[in-house]
Amino acid sequence: MSTRFAAREYHAVEAEGLRFLYLVPSAAVFCADDAASAVLDRLETAPDTLEGIEGALSSRFPAGEVRSAVADLVEVRAIGPEGAEPEPMPVKAPPEGIPLKTMVLNVTSKCNLGCTYCYEYGDDRVVEAGTMPRFMDEATAKQSVEFMLGEAGVGERCHLTFFGGETLLNFKLLQSTLQYALERAEAEGKRVDFSLTTNGTLLKPEIIEWLADNEVGVTISIDGPKEVQDKFRVFNNGMGSYDEIIPRVRALLRRHKSKPVGARVTLTKQNLDVIGTFRHLTDDIGFWEVGFAPVTTADGRDYAIEGEAYNEMLRQFEELAWEWLEYAVEGRHHGFSNVGETIEEIHKGFSKSHPCGAGVGMLGVSTDGNLGLCHRFAGSEEHRFGNVTDGVDRAKQVQFLEEHHVAYKPDCHSCWARPLCAGGCYHEAHTRYGSTKAPNLHYCDWIRSWTDTCLQVYAALAVRNPEFLKHFEH
Amino acid sequence: MRRIKAINQKAVRVERYVEAERAAARQADPADPDMELDVVGLESSGPDGPQIPFGCTLIFSPGWETDSGGGTAGLCQPVERDLFDCHLGCFWPAQVPDQLNNAADWTSKCAAAQKDWRKLDLVFP
Repeated sequence: MSTRFAAREYHAVEAEGLRFLYLVPSAAVFCADDAASAVLDRLETAPDTLEGIEGALSSRFPAGEVRSAVADLVEVRAIGPEGAEPEPMPVKAPPEGIPLKTMVLNVTSKCNLGCTYCYEYGDDRVVEAGTMPRFMDEATAKQSVEFMLGEAGVGERCHLTFFGGETLLNFKLLQSTLQYALERAEAEGKRVDFSLTTNGTLLKPEIIEWLADNEVGVTISIDGPKEVQDKFRVFNNGMGSYDEIIPRVRALLRRHKSKPVGARVTLTKQNLDVIGTFRHLTDDIGFWEVGFAPVTTADGRDYAIEGEAYNEMLRQFEELAWEWLEYAVEGRHHGFSNVGETIEEIHKGFSKSHPCGAGVGMLGVSTDGNLGLCHRFAGSEEHRFGNVTDGVDRAKQVQFLEEHHVAYKPDCHSCWARPLCAGGCYHEAHTRYGSTKAPNLHYCDWIRSWTDTCLQVYAALAVRNPEFLKHFEH
Repeated sequence: MRRIKAINQKAVRVERYVEAERAAARQADPADPDMELDVVGLESSGPDGPQIPFGCTLIFSPGWETDSGGGTAGLCQPVERDLFDCHLGCFWPAQVPDQLNNAADWTSKCAAAQKDWRKLDLVFP
């Protein structure tokens, strides 16, 4: 009896009148022609034999076309023999020796703002305040640079990010560390570039000069127009920070042209005006790009985004994504960085074993020089991966990566978006479910809808201006 | 791949892999009736090897192609060369007179094709 074929795991989107397949788990994107599309239509209804498919489609396509469509779809595993077991996921920790690409240096755990929702100080903090030195000292910073250069690949560019607390509270350390890193990198034949995140309150002319002269990438944490910014991003005395930071940010944007300056917005239930915020930060203030992230929080906090609020956020994300497409078709920069990042991952065909590079190509360093999974866990004893003097605790790292493989998240196994999501942020999971191993089930629908939109945008761009995709091939 | 087109970088890698597998399978068992052969005008020593024309179109002479303007004026050889192509390089009796047996002097009045092609005449067996 001939083999009966059935649809395997893929997610189909329509764009520009064509059907595109996002194959799972390979994350390959193919465009199906009419014959292949008709074969899929047929098999999505019910499994069938080759003869059965040919017969059903004989009025529309010659048998040869149907046969080659079936052959192509079988080869890329969009379809396969009915009842075939899904292939087992290989569970492997990433091989040793993956170079460190990004090191995030928490130069201080102190902050001059008291944002209600802060994951570092708020109700959901991972590290208790007072357990860490408030400021990183110069010896630790230099040792961190040595560690980074030792772990970085030969000839590769590695990236040093300064983080806090409020990063600029330790500006003196930034200056000496950057200088030291440049000298040491040159001696080692390696390349290093720099960035930092700041709340903008301490930007002043000499700091702005230094940022511009040293080509330091800057991200400003800012939530939007005054009434939004001042709701959560307040000084410890409760005063809003908008009026304080805007003139400083404008001065930065005027002077600092050597690296794009981005804004990073935290969305809360009280602040869901994504489009209004985007317009304000790009058109009115002049940011090159704006990225949005929903606040990380345990369930039930009054600023947590829940239920219908996710749909509202998604609707606005989608509107900006389609606007991004029209810009990209004309070869123009848009500035909604959430869509650009996802499009890049789709274009490269990322199929992730782990949700992010934390613990692999990226590590966080706490003020006392301990290595953490990422900057959000820096200082947490439970998530310590060694320190900058003795190096990475390989055994702990391998154990962590094996235990956190998407293969051990059964909830993800039936989800077509897992090549891009792989369960989502460890920190979010830790905050929400008390374990870094938990998949972030509270935003699955949201992730699928958003990924679907990005796939449509990607496919439309691949038809209308494929040249633009070269931007993502670095 | 004929019915699906690779769009992203991963798909290009999948496609290369599939094409290499298919080529290996063809080489291993050319007579396998399940192996549907693609009809291609190029052959290659492997998935990454150079692709060269095979069979009687070992060289692409004028007549098979146009110049960059879509015409025949700018070709590297005169287009009339095509009249000889299929019976000098390889015997192809359907297109030109059979110069081996029945029309040995078919080109005798045509010393230079570009100038003399009008002197080539029909041959009646």
